[in-house]
Amino acid sequence: MIIVKTLAELKAIKDKVRRSVEIREHAEAETKILVGMATCGIAAGARPVLTVFVEELAKREIQNVMATQTGCMGDCQYEPVVEVISAGKEKVTYVKVTPEMAKKIVEDHIIGGNIVTEYTIGAARQ
Amino acid sequence: MYRSNVLVCGGTGCTSSNSEVIIEKLKSEIAAQGLSEEVGVIRTGCFGLCALGPIMIVYPEGAFYSRVTPEDISEIVSEHLVKGRIVTRLLYQETVSENGEIKSLNETNFYKKQMRISLRNCGVINPEDIEEYIALDGYAALGKALTEMTSQEVIDEMLASGLRGRGGAGFPTGRKWALAAVNEADQKYVCCNADEGDPGAFMDRSVLEGDPHSVIEAMAIAGYAIGATQGFVYIRAEYPIAVHRLQIAIDQAREYGLLGKNIFDSGFDFDLDIRLGAGAFVCGEETALMTSIEGKRGEPRYRPPYPAVKGLFGKPTVLNNVETYSNIPQIILKGADWFKSIGTEKSSGTKVFALGGKITNTGLVEVPMGTTLREVVDEIGGGVPDGHTFKAAQTGGPSGGCIPASLIDTKIDFDNLLAIGSMMGSGGLIVMDETTCMVDIAKFFLEFTVEESCGKCTPCRVGTKRMLEILEKITEGKATMRDLDRLEELCYYIKENSLCGLGQTAPNPVLSTLKYFRDEYEAHVKEKRCPAGQCKSLTTYYIMVDKCIGCTLCARNCPVDAIAGSVKKPHEIDKDKCIKCGVCMDKCKFSAVVKR
Repeated sequence: MIIVKTLAELKAIKDKVRRSVEIREHAEAETKILVGMATCGIAAGARPVLTVFVEELAKREIQNVMATQTGCMGDCQYEPVVEVISAGKEKVTYVKVTPEMAKKIVEDHIIGGNIVTEYTIGAARQ
Repeated sequence: MYRSNVLVCGGTGCTSSNSEVIIEKLKSEIAAQGLSEEVGVIRTGCFGLCALGPIMIVYPEGAFYSRVTPEDISEIVSEHLVKGRIVTRLLYQETVSENGEIKSLNETNFYKKQMRISLRNCGVINPEDIEEYIALDGYAALGKALTEMTSQEVIDEMLASGLRGRGGAGFPTGRKWALAAVNEADQKYVCCNADEGDPGAFMDRSVLEGDPHSVIEAMAIAGYAIGATQGFVYIRAEYPIAVHRLQIAIDQAREYGLLGKNIFDSGFDFDLDIRLGAGAFVCGEETALMTSIEGKRGEPRYRPPYPAVKGLFGKPTVLNNVETYSNIPQIILKGADWFKSIGTEKSSGTKVFALGGKITNTGLVEVPMGTTLREVVDEIGGGVPDGHTFKAAQTGGPSGGCIPASLIDTKIDFDNLLAIGSMMGSGGLIVMDETTCMVDIAKFFLEFTVEESCGKCTPCRVGTKRMLEILEKITEGKATMRDLDRLEELCYYIKENSLCGLGQTAPNPVLSTLKYFRDEYEAHVKEKRCPAGQCKSLTTYYIMVDKCIGCTLCARNCPVDAIAGSVKKPHEIDKDKCIKCGVCMDKCKFSAVVKR
């Protein structure tokens, strides 16, 4: 049984639950991470990729970024495809994304602001 | 950690249109797709847009699905939740922008002008989970009050905020608390009036269904401010969902030590119990309510002494309404200045209204005080449907009055509504169009008061009955102008001499319709005519000879064989046989039947 006796204990509960409630405020996020999850994406392993994005964003307490799924983007041979769309910036498309790559995208691109060029569709096509 | 949250409205409105079935189906479909670890289903309180229920929102995208049926669920799960393809045909059209993208709900006309303080968590959190309430700053105000403020500082903050009672009368909450605080006693009480009885009003029910902890937290704060250790929520038994969620919330608060002994290690004890009301309207009156909690017959008594001096069980008591309480945690957290900056000078904050009647967006809205009636009706409410025109709005239920179309730009606050002969009331707002007869509306409310008068004092018990009889005479076309004068005279007598608020305000619907729609009353009396065509005794159905082609449809459908005529010849209605049911008018495909 949890008995709250101090403001700090109350805040501990707040911080713990906050992450799961926060997703309801993400609809207006400035940056959106879209994971292609049509049949092709799911077959190529998009589901664990999305899970990693959701968990990483929560773990690192990143505000104003929404991670969600979208339909087929047309480049089925490159699935799982992930798009990062930020207000006022050009869209970045990552291809054949794995859970490990997803972590690096959060670290370098979302937090650091540096596009992971070697994962992009441009690099894949060369 | 869910990647997606599906919020389904579990308010009374959506529950009655099957949202429980939808939630069950959602859970089983999500489990069947193996998504139970990824997608959370949350039953929330009311979103406000009851007209579009059952409502569902899927986050993080914020896809607002309206009028969802159980048959739609497998498509939503397999398309949206599995493949990320939003089911556009179910989206609330207002939330879809021209390029097909989802707009934020706050950009829609319904939500744009709203400001949610009382309803801030309704439709956002799971009301049956105390941790979700805590996640959105829940119980932080109680913690702040108990650990950082003295009782006097809490009262000062309430006084400075200018919060006034949302139950209808608008008495300053801080002053009520200050009065109860200075009265010494071995025991004091904090009560919550959740006996919402106005026809068409469901603000308090929605707060209790969607955010019960806000009321519990505020009552504990009130207890600390005045020195009370026990609280009672008096709620009507007709609100089963609200009662159920409130009880869960009380149990959880006890479990977390937020009710009970030595809360926040401050030495302050406070506990709360529910008392069910049997649904008598008069028990919403404060002295009757407390008498009922004491286990006696719910009848009002003379004031003074006021409850702050001699209330429940003869002890100093603070009694506030649900909506009033739901504002308080925010005031303590954000400060009186913040609250005072919202609304008008003498009415700070917001007010929740239950929009009903002839309006497109039936539902629950919360707007800053000072918002005009036009904004509420035309912009938020989406206007009067079916090409009809706005005639008047009724506020304050059986105690209130109507606001005619000529005053639609009135800024809604306590004082402005009183000045035009209506009152804020608890927040029912019924919109009427030109097909509404104002005498009939006054009669409707009088029927309600006659039924609900407790009978303790004569002006109310006998007076309202006599008023109703005169109103019946008027709608039957049997009244004289002398009756109209007597009706008005009776109104003032009842207002001045009744024991409690029920009787003192019962004549208001008549007085305000007399003030703004006297011509309608006079048409009934002098011309024996009902301008809106609602009063059966005064309307006659005719067939227009030039429009009737003699199809015989009306004659075949008339239940009393009052229509005569041969095929391809204009028909005629026998006025003596006609029972004015209107079937002929509904059936006629050539608009040949008219009502006068």
